Amino acid sequence: MSGQFLHNLLLFGRVLRRLGLDVNPGRMMDLVSGLDHIEIGNKSDFFYAARTLLVHEREDLPLFDEAFELFWRKPAEANWIAQWQGLTRRRKRPGPIVTHPPLKEAAPQTNDSDSASAEPMTVIEITRTYSDREILRHKNFAEMNPEESEAVKQMISHLLWKVSERRTRRHRPGKGNLIDLRRTLRRSLRSEGEVFSWAYREQKSKPRPLVVIADISGSMERYTRLLLHFIYGMKAALSQPVEAFVFSTRLTRITRPLQIRDLDLALKNVGDLVSDWAGGTRIGESLKTFNFEWGRRVLGRGAVVLVISDGWDRGDVELLTREMARLKRNCHRLIWLNPLLGAADYEPLTRGIQAALPNIDNFLPVHNLASLEDLADRLADINSHPNGGTYARYPA
Amino acid sequence: MEFTSIDELQSAMREKHYIAERGLATSLYLALKLSRPLFLEGEAGVGKTEVAKVLAALLDTDLIRLQCYEGLDVHHAVYEWNYTRQMMHIRLLEARGEKANEAELFGPEFLLRRPLLQAIEPSRQKPAVLLIDELDRSDDEFEAFLLEVLSDFQITIPEIGTIKTSNPPVVIITSNRTREVHDALKRRCLYYWIDYPSFDKELEIVRTQLPDAPAKLARQITGFIQALREMDLYKLPGVAETLDWTMALVALDQKALDPVIVDETLGAVLKYQDDVDKIKGEQTRVILERVNVEVG
Repeated sequence: MSGQFLHNLLLFGRVLRRLGLDVNPGRMMDLVSGLDHIEIGNKSDFFYAARTLLVHEREDLPLFDEAFELFWRKPAEANWIAQWQGLTRRRKRPGPIVTHPPLKEAAPQTNDSDSASAEPMTVIEITRTYSDREILRHKNFAEMNPEESEAVKQMISHLLWKVSERRTRRHRPGKGNLIDLRRTLRRSLRSEGEVFSWAYREQKSKPRPLVVIADISGSMERYTRLLLHFIYGMKAALSQPVEAFVFSTRLTRITRPLQIRDLDLALKNVGDLVSDWAGGTRIGESLKTFNFEWGRRVLGRGAVVLVISDGWDRGDVELLTREMARLKRNCHRLIWLNPLLGAADYEPLTRGIQAALPNIDNFLPVHNLASLEDLADRLADINSHPNGGTYARYPA
Repeated sequence: MEFTSIDELQSAMREKHYIAERGLATSLYLALKLSRPLFLEGEAGVGKTEVAKVLAALLDTDLIRLQCYEGLDVHHAVYEWNYTRQMMHIRLLEARGEKANEAELFGPEFLLRRPLLQAIEPSRQKPAVLLIDELDRSDDEFEAFLLEVLSDFQITIPEIGTIKTSNPPVVIITSNRTREVHDALKRRCLYYWIDYPSFDKELEIVRTQLPDAPAKLARQITGFIQALREMDLYKLPGVAETLDWTMALVALDQKALDPVIVDETLGAVLKYQDDVDKIKGEQTRVILERVNVEVG
């Protein structure tokens, strides 16, 4: 392998990393030793070898293919740079993922002109009196002024989340009703092989995975920012997988950007990723995309699904009915959260809600802090049946 | 059998009736050369498991299969003690007025070897092919354990000691993506996504696997399945369905496809009622007409 080729190879690795692919030095070394075994002159073999070693997600394959094609073709083509920029724009993740310091005070204000151009800092009094808090708890998100909304964001981030558990098929020593032969035999050896007491195993429990599908269309706009805070807070607080999607005219998965520890950066990344903020609503279409492309991948293991929407849908009602039914069949519990439900005179008459209602387990408001607290209580106690009585489904 | 080029591996697989894309052959070849596990993903029924079977046949070695499921633990994946025999042994000794000796009770004689242990058995002359099937069905706990085993191919049994092999197995891991497998594990492996085959490749698969099928029927079936994969269906048919359907139609003595027989046997191809309803009748005729024009 010539020095020039090696140099190019390493450069190619760097380019892929820039594009957001998970390429590390170890992988590059594997590739170098892998190339000993194939004909580098054969471009297609070189391509497949690089691909099998450097990519390990299906979603990254098209990006890799394009980058490879651009990088390894004969040089000096006129529009190279333009194409390259086109590719960079399509890179996998908006911005770097982990580089931000988790602590705020570590960032001193150094650039005066920068802070002058930004909005004036509003200092928020978090320690409110009891009655203030009570009023805020019951105030509709849509009617809040910026200051109240900031205060509520703080309160949202302090909510305690817990999703009730399901029994897994894994066992551990305990008080269950399955005999643990291994420990029983061990114990019996102390009494010369006579079994005096049986050892038992019990089933291990794990919290249920959670999937949130939120409507960010125009009619939901007044709620969107606070709801994203709420989704972020849930994801940060729960140890089990939490998958998050948003939609107005099309579905976008926002699980990855929400994983960052810095909330502001996370929300900014979500903003960059989603292209249809405050657009029209196509619930049926979006749920279909979810069912077809993601359902099988994220709904296993008895997941609880939260759909957040006001149900204003201009799309195909039949499609919505069908996809809601499919979603219902594939999850453990389907909860619809509707901010409009907070109004005393609201009746679920829109076509969208009418179509969805028969397949919903719980239909709950999500218009103020109190309703989020109520949701937290329900999620923690989800194994009891929505209509009373215990609800055991096993294996989930 | 030792392979010296990708071509050689690809044509050897063909002789075993497995039609591999160049990319898959390259991945497999490198997995063998670099002694790395190969992680295969793809929709159900595209022949992931088959890769391991063919490879074992080619290398003339044992195929050890570990089917994953939720709760799969060390006792089912690695080893278990044969409690019944241990109990019997204690009783027999007792009858002879002797006392059970612990070291003897937990010796190799009473050990049940499960797939992972079988794969790294030091007495093995040739590396085995270890197929870890549908890893997405297992849980985090097992994944973490597997990561450990795959990194150094040694297993410690407290009562016996550490078992290690100088002939590590060729590892093939498959996943249907019903759950995201952890990145750390995928990073240790070579990765290949098996796509649905093209018309020509799929026809070749049907021909090699089912040489008895009439030529016209095989072409029509392949064309029909390819058309179905472009439709908006919840579950697209895999190659396994193509072969099942062909077998069904051959058993029914069909020489060619017609709308009636397609509707009657659609259950061999589409596995969801929604999908069957969508295709049956009108769509069947439309697709069939198109297929007849295209494949002649």
